[in-house]
Formats: sequence, C-alpha cells, structure tokens
Amino acid sequence: MLFMTRTLPFLFCFAFGFTGFAIYYIPHEWAQSVEREFALWLRLVYAFAYILGLVSLLSLHWSKIRQRQAGWAYSLVVYISFGVMFLFVVYNDGNGPFTSQATTGPYQWIFTSIHVASSATMFSMLAFYISSAAYRTFRARTPEAAILLVSAIIVMLGRVPIGAYISDIIPDTMQWLMSVPNMAAKRGILMGVSLGAIATSLRILFGIERSYLGGGGD
Amino acid sequence: MSKIASWIAVAGVALHVAAGAQVPVDIVAFDTPNDAGGSLTITWPRTEAAVSSYRVYVATAADGPFQLAVESATPGLKSGEPALFGYDDDNERFHVVHITDYAAGQTDEPAPLQDGTLYFVRLGAQTASGEVLGAVASAVPGGNWFNTAKWNNLILTIGLSGCILFFISIARRKDLFIRRIAGLEALDEALGRATEMGKSVLFVHGLKGMDQIPTIAAVNILGRVAQRTARFDTDLRVANVDPVVMSVSQEVVKEAYLKEGRPDAYRPDSVFMAATEQFSYAAAVAGMMVRERPAAHIMMGYFYAESLLLAETGSTTGAIQIAGTDAYTQLPFFVTTCDYTLMGEELYAASAYLSKEPKLLGSLKGQDVGKALLIGLLIVGTVVASFGVDFLTHLFAAL
Repeated sequence: MLFMTRTLPFLFCFAFGFTGFAIYYIPHEWAQSVEREFALWLRLVYAFAYILGLVSLLSLHWSKIRQRQAGWAYSLVVYISFGVMFLFVVYNDGNGPFTSQATTGPYQWIFTSIHVASSATMFSMLAFYISSAAYRTFRARTPEAAILLVSAIIVMLGRVPIGAYISDIIPDTMQWLMSVPNMAAKRGILMGVSLGAIATSLRILFGIERSYLGGGGD
Repeated sequence: MSKIASWIAVAGVALHVAAGAQVPVDIVAFDTPNDAGGSLTITWPRTEAAVSSYRVYVATAADGPFQLAVESATPGLKSGEPALFGYDDDNERFHVVHITDYAAGQTDEPAPLQDGTLYFVRLGAQTASGEVLGAVASAVPGGNWFNTAKWNNLILTIGLSGCILFFISIARRKDLFIRRIAGLEALDEALGRATEMGKSVLFVHGLKGMDQIPTIAAVNILGRVAQRTARFDTDLRVANVDPVVMSVSQEVVKEAYLKEGRPDAYRPDSVFMAATEQFSYAAAVAGMMVRERPAAHIMMGYFYAESLLLAETGSTTGAIQIAGTDAYTQLPFFVTTCDYTLMGEELYAASAYLSKEPKLLGSLKGQDVGKALLIGLLIVGTVVASFGVDFLTHLFAAL
C-alpha cells in the first residue's frame, strides 16, 4: 500500500521530472515529440479533472441551497446558469451536440453579453480597489511610507501629460525610478524566484519534499 | 561545433568564381545547429557591391536542377544570431540565412528539407548586370541532441543544484541557521486566532495549474497548513480555480488529516472548485470572504489582476491575511493589503521552513548561498562590464 501511495508516485515524479529537465536541453525532433505527447496526456487528465471540478462546484452549491446558507440564492443562480448554458451548448445553434461549436447563437450571445461583460465589470472595479489600497498605504507614517508616497506621486504624474506640463524633470525622474530602483528590485525578486524554483524542483525530484503527496515530508 | 561543420562544408565547396564578379557568392552550408532538424544554414561574406537581392537555390544533385529556396534583399548577419555564432567581432562581416524548404518544381507547395538527405546549395546575387551565381556547397540537415546555446544554463543549474544538495547533506549532520521569515512565523498565530474565534481558515490558490512551480509550492504549504488545522480542530476551506489542483489539494488535505490522526475531521467538500475563470473566481472567493467571514485568509500561488480584488475585500472583513506569490507585478498589492506577504522565493521556502526538517532547511541554506554567489558574480560583472569587457555579460546571456 505504501508502495502505491508513496514510492510509485515518487518514481513517476522523478522519471517525468527528469525527462522534462532533459527535454529542455534537447532540441531533437524525438525529444520535442515526447514533449508534445506529455502535453497531450495533460489535456486528457484535464478533461477528466474538469468533470471532478464540475461535480465539486455543483455539490458545493447544492449543499448551500439545501441548508439555506447565507447567499443561497446565488447558488441557485449557479444552477440556473449552468442548466441554461448546458442546454444551449447541446442545442449548438440548431446544429446539435455532435458538431463543433457554432460561432453564433444563444450560447455565444450569453457568453459575450453576460460573462464577458461581467468579467470586464470586475476588472474595471480594480481602479477603485487600487484607490482605497493606495489611500491606506500612502499615509506617510514612517520614512519608508513617505519615500513610497513621493515616488508614487512622481510616477503617477510622470505617466500623464500634466507631469511634463509642470516640469520636464518629472517624466525623467519617473523614467529613472522605473528603470533603475524598480527594475533592480524586480530583477532581485526574479533571481530569488529562479533559485527558489530550482530548490523546490530538486526537493521534489529527489523525494526530499513529499508534502504534495500529503502528510508532510516523511 | 558549428566551426567544424563550416570547415567541412568549405572543403566540399567547388571553387568557382563567376566571370567578372566583384560579388562574393561563395558560401558555407551546414546543418543548422541546436534545432529539431529539417534546416540548413548558409553563410557568405558581406559585400559593398551593389546587390539588389540574394537568392539561395537548393538541389538534391550536384548538377541540379537548382530550385529557389530563399530570396532576400536584406539577409541577416551572423552577429544577429549569437546563439549560433557567438559574439565574434568577425560575425558582422557575414550574412546568414536558414533554409527549411524549397520550391519543388511541379507543385505550388514548397518541399521541406528531409533529415539525412544530402542537399546542394548555391547562391545567386542579383546585380545590375544580372545574376551572379556562386559555387555549390553541400550539407545534410539533421536534428541535434544538445542545444549548445544552453551550455551556460546547464552549468549554472548544475552548479546551483550542487550547492543546494551540498547543504542538504550538511544539514543532516549539523544545525544550520535559517533567517526568520515573518510571514511564516505568523501562520501559527493566524491559525490560532481562527481556532479561538471558532471560525474557518480560507486557503486560496492562485490561477496557475499543477504543472507550474508556484502551484506546487502552494500545495506544499497547504499540506503544512492542513496538518495544523487538523491538530487545532479548525475548519479549513480551500478554494480552487483549476480542477487538477483541486484533486491534488483534496488528497493533500486528506493525507494531512490522516497523519494527524483526525481522518474523521476531514470533509471532502472543504476543498472545492470556486470557478474556472479568473474574475468569476475572484467574485466567488470575495463573496465567501464577506458572507462566511473566515478568521484567516491564506493566498498562495501565482496571481494576476484578481490579487487586489481578493486581498482588498479580505482586508475589509478584518481577517488576518497572509499572501505568498512570485508574481512581482502583484506583490505591491499584497504588501499593501495583507498583514504578511511571502515575497518571491519565500513562497518556495515556506514548506521547508514550516516543516523544520533538517534536510529541507538545508535546501534553504543552499538557496541563500546560491543567491550570495550570484550577487557576487553580478558585482564582478558590473565592474568588468563598466571597463568595457563583455565576457561575463556574454557568458550569462540567455540565448
């Protein structure tokens, strides 16, 4: 049992991980075809995993409806939306479920007019969230916060025409802030991330870190 | 390697100088290095002569018939392809083109070059007095088993890996000092607070799939968090955007509860799919934060624009928020709105740090030493490059 739950997944992990590592350095067609094959397998796994995801989503909202939890009406909306979209996918603008999806029809209309519009609304709300987060952060209570506040004001002014109108120094300072301190910090983080990724990969490849199999490293 | 190929190809070139031509049309042909196959590379010297365009012809026999493969008025230079030709100053003086197919005579479809087949190539320079044809060169295309442009990458990876493995072996024998990571020290505080308040802990995955390292790191952290919630008997909720991540997370949480001797406390629906789209996910999780009011929000993985939507909503609920991401574009949002933020490599260090296992801690030490080495190289590189020596810059260039 321990072999099936621990040793076998580790062996798979080592074999596939090392193969992936080797493929990165091998441009030969053979290696590329192996990589394409892996990508295909991944898509197959995803196809089945989506069924699990759907079951999880529907059961989560079903329990909310059944128990009349706070906001259960939203869960009802999930069911109605799923049902309606499912019917229109099967209907496929009159072509039936066994042909490729039509680019017109009620399914596409609902997707574009409701889903895309809702997503765009969520995205546009970011502007307000940024304002409220910036308000809290930019209160100059410490020297670091004061530096952040001044830098932010310069960058904001430097990005809009009024900055250059006030003084040519503002866009130049903004450019310096973005390309020197900001870039240096960004690259420092990236360097750390790369090393962290190597260390994590090694821990997993050599079986030192096994918490992804559940229950910690031992 | 490419130089050897060039010399072999030069040896195969029949010397031929077109009558009266000032135009150099003698070429060197060789298999394109570092590719999957089906490609030849042709180089020839630059000229100041008036050439309106160059044509490269290909044949399967030395005496033809030659078919047009490439025509270019402005062919590239070897200096534009350091991955193949390095940084030699001489590269400025040579044109280069790559051939992958040629006009196959009867059909409109170009015929791709076949690996293992000997091809004969000649160059034609279009001048005011007509086309000047050059000598015939030959080469065989084929796939390569190692990308020589990635030597630096491989050596650096092996060096850093060696450093990490060395410190893992050291850690087995003696205790190593690991710097304190405030965000991870606060994890127990956040979980303890949730336990005292009798509220749940919400773990939020980032958007990337299970094949991405930040997600693997997040799942590792989830395992450690789940062990603690099982021990404290605290309700854990795990929101997912990816079905594979959800399946893995379910197993990880289940195993963690089992390991803590609390399999009865594990509820399969505590690890759930919230949505599969970015903003639907943000809306669903933000809704949970507001309605269910968990005492702690733990956001780990790779986030995009939804980071601020989640963290700002979470901060309004008064929950302790710990975030960890290697997405540097989202870090400012988490730093602004969360109580603790694991920045960059701290995300990867978290699982090892929380486990306190010597072997895992050794890898952290190796990671830090590797970073110190890179910083040292950066300083040396900066000094050397400031004096106009580009050797180190070229050595570490990603090609």
